[in-house]
Amino acid sequence: MTAAGDTETGLLETRNLTKRFGRVHALEGVDISVHAGSVLALLGDNGAGKSTLVKIISGVHRPDDGEVLIDGTPVSISTPRQAGDAGIETVYQDLALCDNLTIVQNLFLGRERRRNRTPLGRMFLDRRSMEREATRAFESLGTTMPSLDSQVSNLSGGQRQAVAIARAVVWRRRIVLFDEPTAALGVEQTDNVHRLIGRLRDQGVGIVMISHNMADVFAVADRLTVLRRGRKVADMDPRFCTPDDVVGKITGSEVAVESRQ
Amino acid sequence: MTDARLHSAIRTDRTGEARYAGLVARLSQGELGFVPVLVALLVVFIVFHLANPYFLTPRNMSNLALQVGVLGVMALGVSLVLFVGEIDLSAGSVSGVCAVVLVLLASNFSVPGPAAIAAAVLCGAAIGWVHGKCITVIGAPSFIVTLTGLLVWQGVQRMLVGNQIGQVLIDDPLVLGIASTFMPFWLSVAVVAIIIVSSVLVCVPRWQQQSEASRLDRLALLGRAALFPAMSLIVVAVLSNHMGVPVLLLVLVFLALILTVMTEHTPFGVHVFAVGGNAEAARRAGINVARTKVILFSICSAFAAISGTIAVSRQYAVDSNTGGGNLVLDAIAAAVIGGTSLFGGRGRIPGALLGAIVIGSVANGLDLLGQSANVKSIITGLILLAAVSVDMIARKRRIRTGAAGA
Repeated sequence: MTAAGDTETGLLETRNLTKRFGRVHALEGVDISVHAGSVLALLGDNGAGKSTLVKIISGVHRPDDGEVLIDGTPVSISTPRQAGDAGIETVYQDLALCDNLTIVQNLFLGRERRRNRTPLGRMFLDRRSMEREATRAFESLGTTMPSLDSQVSNLSGGQRQAVAIARAVVWRRRIVLFDEPTAALGVEQTDNVHRLIGRLRDQGVGIVMISHNMADVFAVADRLTVLRRGRKVADMDPRFCTPDDVVGKITGSEVAVESRQ
Repeated sequence: MTDARLHSAIRTDRTGEARYAGLVARLSQGELGFVPVLVALLVVFIVFHLANPYFLTPRNMSNLALQVGVLGVMALGVSLVLFVGEIDLSAGSVSGVCAVVLVLLASNFSVPGPAAIAAAVLCGAAIGWVHGKCITVIGAPSFIVTLTGLLVWQGVQRMLVGNQIGQVLIDDPLVLGIASTFMPFWLSVAVVAIIIVSSVLVCVPRWQQQSEASRLDRLALLGRAALFPAMSLIVVAVLSNHMGVPVLLLVLVFLALILTVMTEHTPFGVHVFAVGGNAEAARRAGINVARTKVILFSICSAFAAISGTIAVSRQYAVDSNTGGGNLVLDAIAAAVIGGTSLFGGRGRIPGALLGAIVIGSVANGLDLLGQSANVKSIITGLILLAAVSVDMIARKRRIRTGAAGA
C-alpha cells in the first residue's frame, strides 16, 4: 500500500527491548529491524521471548526498558489501539475472528464505515463501501472468497487466514506481525498463506513472522532472527544458511552442554 | 513460488458459490432464520382453529394482539442480552417495580402521564445499568446478578405497594389509552403502505445483486421480502373487521423496528454480535466489551419498564403480582423460540416478536378451550424444548458444514 521506505533506517526497529515477569527475564536487550517490503522471521524455542517481543510491539505488554521505533522515530505503544494507529496489525494464531459475523463485518470490526454525510447518516453502516473495499483487498491478495456476506464459520482454515490478513490491507497497515501463521494448516493451505504473505510484502508492508516451521522460514523470510532465553543469538540470511544451522542456533546445544556441568 | 502452485492455491479458495449465499444454501448449512418460528406459528394457528373456530375470528385476534404486548416488549429487551450470551432473569420484577413507580407518581403525586412514563422507563434503564455494572465490574455471572435483581426488585415492589391496600388504581388517560385505543382505518392503511414501500426499497438492490443466483434462491428472496408486508396486510384486513388495529400493536412493532435497526444496521449492532460470538476478538478489535454489555442491560430493563407500563394500561392498576409469575421465563422462551441462541452471537429481533406471538397464541387458544394455567405451562414448555432442539440440530449442522472446508 505504501511506498517502500528507505533502506538506511528500518521501517520497524526495536532497541534494547527488555521485559521481566517477576524473576523471569523474558527479553534482555533485544534489537530487531524490519525493512518495508521484507519479511523477518523470528525463531526460538518455547519461552525464548518471541511472543513477548511481538506482544510488546502490538501493544499488549509494555517493555521495562528499551524502545520501539517506526521510521527511526521512537513511538509509544501501550494499547492494541495505539499499535493500530501506528500502522501495526497483528495476525494472532487464533486469528481473532468472530465466527458468527460475515467476512466484511470481520474485516471492519471496530472501525465500521458509516454513511458519513449527516449526523443521522453517521449512525448507520455503509455496507456498500465496505463491500467494495473488501473486494479490492481480496483482489490485491489474489484470493477469492465464496461470498462476502457469508459467515466466517463457513470458511476453510486458509480462507480464515486470508480474512485475518486482509484486515491489514483494508486498514492500510505498514507493519504486520504474524504469530505462527501456519501452525494449524495443511500443506496446501500453508502454501496459500506463504503466497498471501508474499503479496503483502510486495505491497511494501514490513512483516515480522514468528514460526517454528522451517518451511515457512525458508519459503518467505528475507532475514532470520533467532532468540534464546530472551536474548538475540543470531541474525541470519536464509540464502546463506541451512535449516540445520538455524536449528543449531535455536537449541544452542553447546550452551546446554556447558550449563549442565 | 511457481505459477502452477499459485494457481492451485487460488483454486482451493474457490468453492463455486454465488457472490451472495442464497437462502437455500443457508438453510442447508443450518442458518434457519425465521423458518422454525413461522412453522410453529402456522401449526399453532391451524391446531387452535380446528379445535375452536372462534380462535381465528377478528374479535379474538384483536384480543390476542392486546395480550401479546406485555410479553412481546419484554422479549425484545431480553433478546438483546441473550445476543451477548448473557441472561436477564430480573426483567419481570423490574417491569413490576417500574409499573409501581409509574402508578404512584401518576396517582399519588399527580404527575402527568408522559412524565410518569418517562420516569418509569428511566428508572428501568438505571436498574439495568446497575445490573450491567455488577456483571462487568465485579465479574459475577449475569444469571446470579439478575437472580438477585429478581428477588430485590420484587421485594421493593411489594414494599411500595404494601403501603397501599391490595392494588393501586390509575386513571391517567394517556397510560390507560395505550392498551385501549384503536387506530383509524386510514392510519392502518398508511402504515401498511410504508411497510410495503420500505420492503421494496430494501429488496431491489439485493435482487439485482442476486442476478446469477438460482431460481429457487430468487424465489426465497422474494418470499423473505414479502413476509412482513404480507403479514401486516393480513393483520390489518382481519383486525379492521373488529375495532381496528390496536395502537398497542403499532407500539410493539415500532419498538421492534427500532431494535432491529439498531442491531442490524449500526456499528453498535455489529459490536453486539461480535461480543456475543467472540468477546476476546471483539476486545482486540478495540470494542469496549463491558460498556456494550452495560448498555444492553440498560435497554433490556428500560424495555421491561415499558412492558410494565403496558401491563398497568391493561389492568388499570398495579399490584404486587404485576410482572410476576412466568412472565420473564416466557419472554426468554419467546426469544429462543424466535431463533435466538442462548450461547450468544445469534438471533434476530423480529424473531422475539414472532416467538411472543406463538406463546401468546398458545395461552389464548388454551383459554378458549377452557384449559387451566397448568396445561398452558406444560405446552409452552414443550414448545420451548422443540425450539431449543431445532437450534441444537442447526448448530451441529453449522459446525459440520463449517468444519467441512477446513
